[in-house]
Amino acid sequence: MNEQELRGLINEVKDGTVSRRAFIQRLAAVGLAAPLATQLLSFAGVAHAQTQYAYKPTKAGGGGALKLLFWQAVTLINPHFAVGTKDQEGSRVFYEPLAGWDQEGNLVPFLAAEIPSRENGGLAADGLSVTWKLKQGVKWHDGKPFTADDVVFNWEYVKDPATAATTIGSYKDVIVTKIDTYTVKVAFQKPTPFWADAFVGAVGMIIPKHLFADYIGAKSRDAPTNLKPVGTGPFRFVDFKPGDVLTGERNPDYHIPNRPHFDTVELKGGGDAVSAARAVIQTGEYDYAWNMQVEDEILVRMEAGGRGKTMIVQGGDIEFITLNTTDPWTEVDGERSSTKTQHPLLSDPAVRKALSYLVDKDSVQKFIYGRTGIATPNFVAAPARYASKSTSYEFSIEKANQTLEAAGWKRGSDGIRAKDGKKLKMVYQTSINAPRQKTQAIIKQACQRAGIDLELKSVTASVFFSSDVANPDTYTKFYCDMQMYTVTMLQPDPERFLQQFASWEISNKDNKWQGRNISRFRSEEADKAIRASSSELDPIKRAAELIKINDIAITNHIVIPVVTRPRVFAASNKMTTHISGWDNSLWMLHSWYRE
Amino acid sequence: MGNYLLRRLFIAIPSLLGISVVLFTVLALAPGDPFEELASNPNIPPEVRAALRLKFGIDDPVFVRYFRWLSAMAQGDWGFSFVSRVNVDSLILQRLPATLIVIGSSQILALLIAIPVGVYAATRPYSIFDQIANTLAFVGFSLPTFFTGLLMILVFSIWLDWLPFVYRSDIAATGWRFYWEHVRQAVLPVAVLGVFQAASYTRYVRSAVLDVIRLDYVTTARAKGLDERVVIVKHVVRNALIPVVTLVALQMPSVFGGAIVTEQIFRVPGIGSLLISSILANDTPVIMAVTFVFACLVVLFNLIADILYGWLDPRIAFR
Repeated sequence: MNEQELRGLINEVKDGTVSRRAFIQRLAAVGLAAPLATQLLSFAGVAHAQTQYAYKPTKAGGGGALKLLFWQAVTLINPHFAVGTKDQEGSRVFYEPLAGWDQEGNLVPFLAAEIPSRENGGLAADGLSVTWKLKQGVKWHDGKPFTADDVVFNWEYVKDPATAATTIGSYKDVIVTKIDTYTVKVAFQKPTPFWADAFVGAVGMIIPKHLFADYIGAKSRDAPTNLKPVGTGPFRFVDFKPGDVLTGERNPDYHIPNRPHFDTVELKGGGDAVSAARAVIQTGEYDYAWNMQVEDEILVRMEAGGRGKTMIVQGGDIEFITLNTTDPWTEVDGERSSTKTQHPLLSDPAVRKALSYLVDKDSVQKFIYGRTGIATPNFVAAPARYASKSTSYEFSIEKANQTLEAAGWKRGSDGIRAKDGKKLKMVYQTSINAPRQKTQAIIKQACQRAGIDLELKSVTASVFFSSDVANPDTYTKFYCDMQMYTVTMLQPDPERFLQQFASWEISNKDNKWQGRNISRFRSEEADKAIRASSSELDPIKRAAELIKINDIAITNHIVIPVVTRPRVFAASNKMTTHISGWDNSLWMLHSWYRE
Repeated sequence: MGNYLLRRLFIAIPSLLGISVVLFTVLALAPGDPFEELASNPNIPPEVRAALRLKFGIDDPVFVRYFRWLSAMAQGDWGFSFVSRVNVDSLILQRLPATLIVIGSSQILALLIAIPVGVYAATRPYSIFDQIANTLAFVGFSLPTFFTGLLMILVFSIWLDWLPFVYRSDIAATGWRFYWEHVRQAVLPVAVLGVFQAASYTRYVRSAVLDVIRLDYVTTARAKGLDERVVIVKHVVRNALIPVVTLVALQMPSVFGGAIVTEQIFRVPGIGSLLISSILANDTPVIMAVTFVFACLVVLFNLIADILYGWLDPRIAFR
């Protein structure tokens, strides 16, 4: 989709011939996350939709206890230290950001009085700043008022490298200033079409200045409030046992009327996903369970006649295969997969193309992931049910054979193809996890029928995803030909996501394998598009560039997307929850209720 | 006696040091990264992982880390968890009550089953009761707790829907209801652990009683015309229990270890589940502390067993 098409589409939304939803779906199909799509609309002068949520209770409280089960227990409740989503979820019970993302990608205000837009003057025309108006009359749980000072403090706290905040990426390049007690300005170094990053969603939770001010930088770990949060959220802190249970009680001063419905909240952790699903769906001991990484078959069986249901929400996480562009088997200057080398087999575009024909995504979806993994042609994940026009995928052993034959790869006596004395034998690695090993087996079988011999390798997850420089089996070293894993897209800006194809992000010895470009792909065209997208003032041109990067990676078969992985939750049949794939699952906890 | 105790304690120090060196080395050699979860999220810059590793000293050489740990430990500082950033000692203290309640009650249950059954079976060797008890004991300790645990969840929680299978440390109720809820949730894990332990204790009690019952003084007591019950309870069981007591003492550390699986299945927030979750998270300070506590328990209970031997059986001298 190019710039012109995009503009036409936006105009159609303005005229009303195309609905917002259809626009978001069209963009999603070519690889742009829903939040970016709505940001595009807001820059083009189409106001954010105000989503209304079903909420039946007429008064706050009276809902009894809400029991949430997390099979990965919450270990810390300072949102800026969160190591995984579980910690963000735990923090979200007490803390709130200025705004959150709903499933359609719309911004929903929490501590903001309104969502900045061109009309209300919140968005600068040059894209260099965004001004947030804060909601007045909001109180911290200890009664102190919430003001602009708190917001500015959060920026100072997070951007200090000594604080070692995991959210630093969203704050280090912006400048936050206080305009008045209830107005804050976020200034960017360059025009930033995706302006809703700092203070928004999972990375945006705001902690109180008056309790954290003395614990900025190196002293960050010593703050007593790290373990006893004082926030603005719907529930007040009662007790926390790291790795076990987190409890809260209703905040009677909550700033949204009639909420929350529940009197207490309990977040129990530990155990495994299957038994968590059982406690919600089958026995009804718990009201809600998070992140059901359970084979779909088992979920379906539990749902039959159970007390709960599963909810599947589309997000941006993607399971994909990376093809190495460098030679992992030759050591140059003390490192394998060096950028000074070329992959002996995969540098032939025909081999890469053949491999992409051999990944049977539909079977992987059908037999392995079920509802929890949906085949996709795109890297920037999107709902696959809206087939993309610019990219597509096909499983065809025949076409793979033809492609290889045409490129001169001839079958040997052992059935394995070879060319110039090089045999089509490759090592394909992934982390140990049942669905991944099954996927490997499906792909290996297809490759065999096309004359490619795959050696399967599986590495313990704790090694594979480790940043241990001394270990040769980490995914960032990529010392093999193909590998498969999932990248999460919790807080959705495809620009950072797509830097995985930037030549300056190549993972190598010099940056201790910390670069994001694992495939070591180098393409001037991609670099140009990435540079253009990051400095492009016009959001529509930028979107077109981002889509182009996705398409370059897909058409060059640098990555082969397998399935997008929607988030899966379980809840009691009586519960009404509001889940979003672009934010924490507890983001709308204040509006949950039980009938 | 005092001299003996002192000597044994001095021997314990180098063995604990040795254990700590081995534990630390093994942990250092084991691959993994406490911050691996940050890896596949492109929104988190890699520098953050590097900064965290630097801040927590993970990249220092092993021996530097070991001496840092040792000197801190000597001053009573157990360090803090990389994952939750909470001090390790408070983390362990938080988990201890649940472990003690579950393991304590399961041991009591095990002894309450094992002693009567073992004694009764031994007084009537090769009777039908003895054979049934023997068979059941054999089945009992052949079935691992992770199997019986799941079986019990399936039967009592899912089919019959009588008992909860998630153990909670924060029961909101008060008064009798509080205790009732605690008992209800403890039933399954305590039963699983208790039955497993009871099976092995039963066999031990039976053989200990069989050993004693053939001795001359028992025959003498019978010949004096004492009531059979008095002979068994006062003469046989008291003496037979000497080795059983030491066995229980020596088994305590392994009971803590065996409870790890059970704790995980029922989500009991005990030390065992703390150890498992920290191993999965590569949270070195916590793994180190918990395993070291286990090591101390082994040494301590060995010492207690040795002392108990001498106290119960004066023929063993302290030298």
